[in-house]
Amino acid sequence: MSVSQTTADEPAVGTPLRARPARRPGRWIASAVVLVVVATFGHTLVVNPNFEWPVVGHYFGSSLVLTGLLRTLEVTGISMLLGIVLGTVIAVMRLSSTPIVATAGWAYVWIFRSVPLLVQLLVWYNLAALYPRLSIGIPFGPAFAHVDANHAITPFVAAVLGLGLHEAAYMAEIVRAGILGVDRGQTEAAEALGMHRMLILRRIVLPQALRLIIPPTGNETISTLKGSSLVSVLSMADLLYSVQIVYSRTFQTIPLLLVACLWYLAVTSVLGIGQYYLERHVGRGSGRPGGAGGRRGPLLSLLRMRPSRRAVSYVAGP
Amino acid sequence: MTAAQMSQPVVSVREVHKAFGRLQVLRGVTVSAGKGEVVCLIGPSGSGKSTLLRCINHLEHIDAGEITVESQLVGYRRQADGRLRELTPRETARRRARIGMVFQQFNLFAHLTVLQNVIEAPTRVLRVDRKTAIAHARTLLDRVGLGDKGDARPWQLSGGQQQRVAIARALAMRPTVMLFDEPTSALDPELVGEVLDVMRGLAREGMTMIVATHEMGFAREVADQVVFLDGGVIVERGPAAQVLDHPGHQRTRQFLASIAGRGDLSAARPTQARA
Repeated sequence: MSVSQTTADEPAVGTPLRARPARRPGRWIASAVVLVVVATFGHTLVVNPNFEWPVVGHYFGSSLVLTGLLRTLEVTGISMLLGIVLGTVIAVMRLSSTPIVATAGWAYVWIFRSVPLLVQLLVWYNLAALYPRLSIGIPFGPAFAHVDANHAITPFVAAVLGLGLHEAAYMAEIVRAGILGVDRGQTEAAEALGMHRMLILRRIVLPQALRLIIPPTGNETISTLKGSSLVSVLSMADLLYSVQIVYSRTFQTIPLLLVACLWYLAVTSVLGIGQYYLERHVGRGSGRPGGAGGRRGPLLSLLRMRPSRRAVSYVAGP
Repeated sequence: MTAAQMSQPVVSVREVHKAFGRLQVLRGVTVSAGKGEVVCLIGPSGSGKSTLLRCINHLEHIDAGEITVESQLVGYRRQADGRLRELTPRETARRRARIGMVFQQFNLFAHLTVLQNVIEAPTRVLRVDRKTAIAHARTLLDRVGLGDKGDARPWQLSGGQQQRVAIARALAMRPTVMLFDEPTSALDPELVGEVLDVMRGLAREGMTMIVATHEMGFAREVADQVVFLDGGVIVERGPAAQVLDHPGHQRTRQFLASIAGRGDLSAARPTQARA
């Protein structure tokens, strides 16, 4: 009995041990440094007149800026949709057992991930110089319909093609990783039940891959939102281009850029919140109730930083 | 049922060879299971038990030999000129639907509830209407003692419960034969019994079963035929009492002794017989 005081038939009766937490002076110093830096910056925000906050306030809700914002959201949304759908197709192609199909998928990712987004946007915008007429028809055979590329490729179309096709390359890799991340046993069990490949992919593998796909897709959406500011070079009136229009006239450059910053920040924050709930939703059935459980938002992390005064307690054995 | 049909085995494996790269896993294996017969495959790890089961429902391609289930070739079709032609994935899937399989790792669909796990294949593959499928699923879940767990998620269940759901899921396809690939090897010892009970019930009801197992107590009690595999060949086969109690080969005796050393062979429900 001297070996163990707590056996199965004899419940542990421990006295909570009261101990003062260890001193951590480093934490206090680091926090102080951060607070001083933040306070300095905050102070300049208020006292530096060049921020021109009244101008920011004036244009923040102006119809020109809001129209630009709407355009940005449209381009982002449609591009992401294109990227996700095409990316899923390419991911499945890359996993195909047919070598030509798999290689084509690989080549797509290789090309569209290698060429900078800005360059891709410019190429799509200038497509008319390469193919003046776009036709739909049988390859190497007769065509059924023609359009003039100059009319078909508006700045909006160029933006969506550029952003969407670029995004598809990244989404393809994300979806592929998601599919590969699903346990092989799931596919085998479905095969043994007589399900065929497309059915297994659609009903068994993809739903489970979603849990792995959604977090990076959230990041991709945010990066597409920010990438969409590049379309201002196509003189498409997105959020950035709209504020540029204003400050090229009024020379209030900084306050108008601030307007754009604040809107990008706002939309990104909303996307982040949406992502959090989406992750929680698809996290069901993952073995962890709440799915994204264990992850703290920035606010909660901040609260946790408060040094705990509670004594550490555990069951003490003699 | 005519005498000819009676004599026709449900599963027939003839001279099957299978290699993974240069590793010969099966070297001319011949096994058959008649209607309602329970065949237990025993043997050390790597002896080819699992591979044999996986070949029977074409999860693995065989290199030589022939496997038929209900007189139909698995994965192939015999053409008019007598040569074999591989089936399309869709045709293979259709034939596989009548072969139930239970895996060592359960492999329940993690994103679906227990009930959804059971009705998924009947509704999607056999196109049974949802109501009928749910009614059948509930009967099956009752039968494996999990009638109240229909809405649970797999991760909320113990290993034994998960394996019983996996059995119900396979039965939902109304299979003509059930293949069990070490169904209790991933379970905690105290959960082995509940799964074996369900399997005993199935055997009593006349289900044709091929079971790769290390549960000698189960084999002794339920098997009509015990087949001892080692190194991809069948060393010995026969009624359970003969193979397990009076093995004719040195290798069989060695294997049984090595297993006996790890658990109580004479117990009706040995719980530690994992090799």
